[in-house]
Amino acid sequence: MIPYVPGESPVHRCPPGRKILALVAAGTVLFALPRLDLALAAALLALAATGWLYRVAGIPGRLMLAQLRPLAWILAVLVLVQLALDGWQAGLLVTARLSALVLLAGLVTLTTRSSDLIEALQRGLVWAKPLGANPAKVGLAIALTLRFIPVLAAIAAEVREAQRARGLEGSLVALTVPVVVRMLKMSDDIAAAIDARSYDPDRG
Amino acid sequence: MIEIRQVGHAFGERVVLRDLTLDLTERRIAVVGGNGSGKSTFARLLNGLLVPSRGHVRVDGLDTRRDGKAVRRKVGFVFQNPDNQIVLPGVAEDLAFGLRNLGLPKDEIARRVDEALHRYDLQALADHPAHLLSGGQKQLLAIAGVLAMAPDIIVLDEPTTLLDLRNKRRIAQAIDALPQRAILVSHDLAFLEGVDRVLVFDEGRVVIDDSPSVALPAYEAMMS
Amino acid sequence: MSTRDIVFVALFAALTAALGLFPPVTLPVVGVPITAQSMGVMLAGAIAGATRGGAALALFVLLVCAGLPLMAGGRGGLGIVMGPGGGFVLTWPVAAFVIGFLYERNVRTLTAWKEALILVLGGVVLTYAVGIPWIAAVARVDLVKAAIGSAWFLPGDAVKVVLVVLIARTVRRAYPTLQAR
Repeated sequence: MIPYVPGESPVHRCPPGRKILALVAAGTVLFALPRLDLALAAALLALAATGWLYRVAGIPGRLMLAQLRPLAWILAVLVLVQLALDGWQAGLLVTARLSALVLLAGLVTLTTRSSDLIEALQRGLVWAKPLGANPAKVGLAIALTLRFIPVLAAIAAEVREAQRARGLEGSLVALTVPVVVRMLKMSDDIAAAIDARSYDPDRG
Repeated sequence: MIEIRQVGHAFGERVVLRDLTLDLTERRIAVVGGNGSGKSTFARLLNGLLVPSRGHVRVDGLDTRRDGKAVRRKVGFVFQNPDNQIVLPGVAEDLAFGLRNLGLPKDEIARRVDEALHRYDLQALADHPAHLLSGGQKQLLAIAGVLAMAPDIIVLDEPTTLLDLRNKRRIAQAIDALPQRAILVSHDLAFLEGVDRVLVFDEGRVVIDDSPSVALPAYEAMMS
Repeated sequence: MSTRDIVFVALFAALTAALGLFPPVTLPVVGVPITAQSMGVMLAGAIAGATRGGAALALFVLLVCAGLPLMAGGRGGLGIVMGPGGGFVLTWPVAAFVIGFLYERNVRTLTAWKEALILVLGGVVLTYAVGIPWIAAVARVDLVKAAIGSAWFLPGDAVKVVLVVLIARTVRRAYPTLQAR
């Protein structure tokens, strides 16, 4: 689900918390610039800088383009709308800005082990402790979520096959009910498995 | 030693275990029985995952009702479906999960993870997503994750049921090589011939308690 | 939260992500894609309840913000939150909580109509109340245009509400999870 490209580059070695903060900062700056020409220049600069960071990290161009593929559709629509309403500069701005942000976010994912990312998020959540959030629990929940997504996708594929055999394909209800029920039953076993490995929810 | 004293267990109205009293001391103990015979519930009582409705389970003098956490450190548990047991997304991360819960120092965790990866030939897969492993590798990872915590006793609840024959053999070998005492719940009678003691469950009771050469044929006769 | 609650939270966050695996339909003009994903919001509230459902969606949004590609079409990152659909996404945790809260309040007297009403309130009215002004601000269009553009999603939302009522009722019979509040 989450690809990680091992490496020793400065991008890989940069602490994950700092990478996330840099991402937030880039997003904020790119959206906050009020004037079109300024925003456009910043977006193009960000795009170029991002391309350079990919090279520094040693990520192949193929993987870089793959980050943009899911966005292609939305970009196309947005560009058309902006072209029709605001002219080519606005279209270029929207494309450059979104591409730069998505590529940067992709770079964080590609160069950070999920365990390190989770640890960083957990540390970042310390400020939320007075609000009743327990960073250790949040960390476990994050890890479990990443673990479950492929499992759920596999269950869904399996159920879809079974429904196709019964001629029920295409029915979202026929697909979702068995997936959810199996998931809820699974949850008892998983909770037991976590406890069995000495997890203590009240620690930390 | 695990002492089981007048233990009974019910889920609501449904009684699954009736008045068991046993001492478990052997190195390899097999637990067999039909579906719904109570053997899985029995396995979960041994490390305090379940607390019995009546009676006591004690591990080296620790009561599972009072000292659940300490008991779980002594008794590791391997589940039937490794998909429900692998907690973290990566292989090495998952191996470290239990060790972190024990509060071990970082270098000790790294050392034990390395050792476990080596023992089960998983080194090349350390950074691999756990869900892409084969069924046999997943079960090896589940066993390795428990073994790395160095429990005194390991309980395995049908660890080979979902595997093909080759992987069944591989897991059976891995279990055979465990240095710890093991209690093995299983349907695969072929792998139980070398154990020291067999408990046969039926309707919540132990109906046969004997060596495998006596108990296994008797169990097969009972099921036919 | 017990270990079991944490598992529930993670499962519904993962379910929301998995629902995003269904191919999205992107409507022209506004550029907000229709996905099965917002069903995850309604299902989390209706099945996991207020606290666990709300936490599940908060976790989901947190992971998306951290850059994980969990949104429909494999999208993720802060670009999502800053994009036109950001208002909808950021309201999801609150929506799941509100739906769960109303379900728990009425758990003994739930009829299909009542469930549909709760889902419309939390899953549609509430999210649109935040989502529409957000679109207006981000895409530089006026409120009326944003509202008209968003209205295109109403038929899809109606279908989702019906589906979730059917799913939640069936699941509840097989596996009751809600406690009265």
